[in-house]
Amino acid sequence: MRELEVLIQLGVPAALLLLAYFTGSFVERRHYASIRLRETRVRKFPLLAFREVPAGWEVTESALMTGTVVVSLDHFKRFLANLRNLVGGRVTAYESLLDRARREAMLRLQESAFERGYRAIVNLRLETYQITGGGDAPGTGVEVLAYGTALKLARRPGADA
Amino acid sequence: MILTNTETVPGRTIVEFFGVVSGSTVRAKHIGKDIMAGFKNIVGGELKGYTELLQEARAEATDRMIAQAKSVGANAVVNVRFATSSIAAGAAELFAYGTAVRVE
Repeated sequence: MRELEVLIQLGVPAALLLLAYFTGSFVERRHYASIRLRETRVRKFPLLAFREVPAGWEVTESALMTGTVVVSLDHFKRFLANLRNLVGGRVTAYESLLDRARREAMLRLQESAFERGYRAIVNLRLETYQITGGGDAPGTGVEVLAYGTALKLARRPGADA
Repeated sequence: MILTNTETVPGRTIVEFFGVVSGSTVRAKHIGKDIMAGFKNIVGGELKGYTELLQEARAEATDRMIAQAKSVGANAVVNVRFATSSIAAGAAELFAYGTAVRVE
């Protein structure tokens, strides 16, 4: 009877960690594959952190555009990150999560601007915001917001190259 | 209404300044979305419900800013910035602000 109790008390969390390990790495690999593919598609769409429009660009229309995403770590990586909290150092689990979120937000910004006929974005800003469930409540994640001024252009030097 | 986050409206000339306009909204998370998010917290990935929630809230803050800009007679808001702050557990304020101007 006691063995069964111990098995349940250790087995269930361990199984959950194992499940999260597989689903989490699957989700991350699939997301990175999608990011890489879409990044090659928008390679020729200028996304600039310049504060103003570069000299020589002839703008016909401009509008504020945003791209956002909220992502969550999986249970396994969160467990690793919590362990890392004890000893300090690089928390790689969060590094890749933020990298994914930032690239996804920028892609969404570029894609939605392109769909609406805009051909460049200037003054890119990135903001990161942590969503907490409060205590142990579910629903924690990281939001990345990318925004900038999208431009329709009559002329852009070097665009034909 | 033209919105930009640059200091001018590219290709247009600003003829009048009206000062700062802003809009905000405070939102709490939705219990139904929390259940889905709780599941995603285990398997990892995008919390689509939250992405939509924040997007919609930010759009509302922006609309309020636009309404204020219209009421002072502006036809554009330049140098728009977004800010998000956590007010309480599970609640956040979405804030948008910028400078209302009139372009020719």
